[in-house]
Amino acid sequence: MSDKKKELKPNTYKFDTLSLHAGYQPHKNAGSRQVPIYQTTSYLFDDVDHAAALFNLERGGHIYSRISNPTVGVLEERVASLEGGTAALATSSGMSAIFLTVMTLCEAGDHLVVSSQLYGGTVNLFRLTLPKFGIKCTFVKPRDTEGFKKAIQKNTKGIFGELVGNPGNEIMNMPEIAKIAHDAGIPLMVDATYQTPYLCKPFEHGADIVVHSLTKWMAGHGSSMAGILVEGGKFDWMQNDKFPTMTKPYEGYHGLSFAEEFGPTAFTMKARAEGMRDFGPCLSPQNAWNVLQGIETLSVRMKKHCSNAEEMVKYLSNHESVAWVSHPSAPNHPDAELANKLLPNGKGSMIAFGIKGGKDAGVAFINNVKLASHLANVGDTRTLVIHPASGTHSQMDEATLKFAGLSHDMIRLSVGIEDIDDIKNDFEIGFRAARKPRLVSNQ
Amino acid sequence: MKFKVNNSEVFASTGGRPFDKKKPLIIFIHGSGLTHMTWVLQTRYFAFHGYNALAVDLPGHGLSSGESLKSIEEMADWVNDVIDAVGHKEASLVGHSQGCLVTVECTSRYPDKIKTLSLMGGAGAIPMNPELLSLAENNDPKAVDLMMDWAHGPAGHFGGHPVPGLYHINTGTMLAKSRTIQNTLGVDFRACDNYKNGFEAAKKIKCPTLSILATDDKMCPVKEGKKLASLIEGSQVDIIDNCGHMMLLEEADRVLTVLKKFVTTNYPPLSS
Repeated sequence: MSDKKKELKPNTYKFDTLSLHAGYQPHKNAGSRQVPIYQTTSYLFDDVDHAAALFNLERGGHIYSRISNPTVGVLEERVASLEGGTAALATSSGMSAIFLTVMTLCEAGDHLVVSSQLYGGTVNLFRLTLPKFGIKCTFVKPRDTEGFKKAIQKNTKGIFGELVGNPGNEIMNMPEIAKIAHDAGIPLMVDATYQTPYLCKPFEHGADIVVHSLTKWMAGHGSSMAGILVEGGKFDWMQNDKFPTMTKPYEGYHGLSFAEEFGPTAFTMKARAEGMRDFGPCLSPQNAWNVLQGIETLSVRMKKHCSNAEEMVKYLSNHESVAWVSHPSAPNHPDAELANKLLPNGKGSMIAFGIKGGKDAGVAFINNVKLASHLANVGDTRTLVIHPASGTHSQMDEATLKFAGLSHDMIRLSVGIEDIDDIKNDFEIGFRAARKPRLVSNQ
Repeated sequence: MKFKVNNSEVFASTGGRPFDKKKPLIIFIHGSGLTHMTWVLQTRYFAFHGYNALAVDLPGHGLSSGESLKSIEEMADWVNDVIDAVGHKEASLVGHSQGCLVTVECTSRYPDKIKTLSLMGGAGAIPMNPELLSLAENNDPKAVDLMMDWAHGPAGHFGGHPVPGLYHINTGTMLAKSRTIQNTLGVDFRACDNYKNGFEAAKKIKCPTLSILATDDKMCPVKEGKKLASLIEGSQVDIIDNCGHMMLLEEADRVLTVLKKFVTTNYPPLSS
């Protein structure tokens, strides 16, 4: 028997355990092992005093399911725990999570610095919709770290980007860009949908707010729309006078200063108290429950997604019909070193590749694969393909497409967790069809 | 609000209401390495129901300036100075963990000023695990992680925060890491470890006193809390099941309900 003194170690639950349990206590829910679906709009008050206390944020609890719901609350806590965040707020979609984040942070007259490689819908939000609210944005290519610094103006309130750009797989140097943001006294907001907290926890690399489209890998089964914003809790809103809506008395809650009262959870509290009240993009309890089912198997699925993706990178890289392949696991990826640092558990399952023969070949490929589904989603358990120039990014003009790093030969592939041989066999059918038009035209 | 005590700026949350000298004063004292933020689910209620609720940041903690005070006795005198600084002649005190040592000592030293005493997760002495103390004094973040582990009961480890969307283990961690660990947690742990006067101080307390204890509290077990309460004349004890040391977050509603009844009965609010 060893007499060596046992080292003290914290026994807080680890990732896989939190995926299954965080945010939920069965003994407070009739012993129900599964999280109950609270399919209700509203909640009884004990008395008038209790009602007033809830409305006035004097005590925790639920009032109306637009603001909060117990099932949705479990999801929020679970994602906050997995991300290493202090608090989270779930919304009806990833886009509403981004919109709510921006509207919680900014006012008319404010400015944001934004990565140019984003999901097409997000690009349109920043480029076309936010200016209607008086919020302007400067776009910077994700690899242009210095460009983020140069783009910051006096009225800049934050930097926003996707850790791995959509759809080109460019990686933002998150630690460097976080430092630039913090030196300017502004937060870094990161859309980490592609990574999930299993692959990367942005708060560990300097991010202050993380958003997810939970619809994708977190839910994982292509069944339910959901989004979430998560707060890191480190950003000091009171360090300068840039964020009066966080620090000054807010008329909507008896002169409450969110930063003073709620500190590391102030942003989420404001997003809920103001944003959910005024905009109302609430998540349905049924969808929250569906996402919770997905999160229970997140790490199991992400391992398979990543291993299948790496197999597909090898297969595509050696294929005669493929002009180029972009994935952070590829040794020739320009950001491979940064990817190894930020994504040690796997590089994700999004691959972009160029098909020889350009747009026509791309269309033929998409139209002929049978197992892979042609649709506008990513992060399903099933393999998905799309041709961005004619699909997700089709609303962009030629110049914007080029700025977004897109080309007409690009196929976006979201690798599923099917048997890898079946995916490859299906792609062979697509590639054969893609070669045909060229053979015909050469005759 | 901000005010000066001994030429050093002090921050105190007023629960979202302006400070009003006409209202009775309740001062909330946080635990080791933490800040006023731990009291958010208690202070706002009192602030909106006829009291001045002051959740202070101890010197060197949270948003207060200066250096952390090195002994429980100094902290007790500092609380008395806070009462003077805000222009009151008396106050009700509420403490959590280390804050219980501070408020017990303060009540024994200034019996005419302190009208009620509420202790949450309190004990007459809080001797520190030597390894934990060493980690905190050496600025090792593991000290915070260990504290958060031990401070939450088995149920609290799953989460289930009363405020939707908040995950209290990470929130507590963030609070404890908001300033340099060795200058806050390290100094506080050493002050707790050195303090030996808790039981003697308790014997001198004559004001109405409430102890809220929790069955799964590993840092100040029920047995220790009861021992302290037994020395305070007429002390009330309330024990919460399935709850750890961070009862003010883990079971915020229950704590508020018990605290509300005790304080309003023994130290009535200013009626509107």
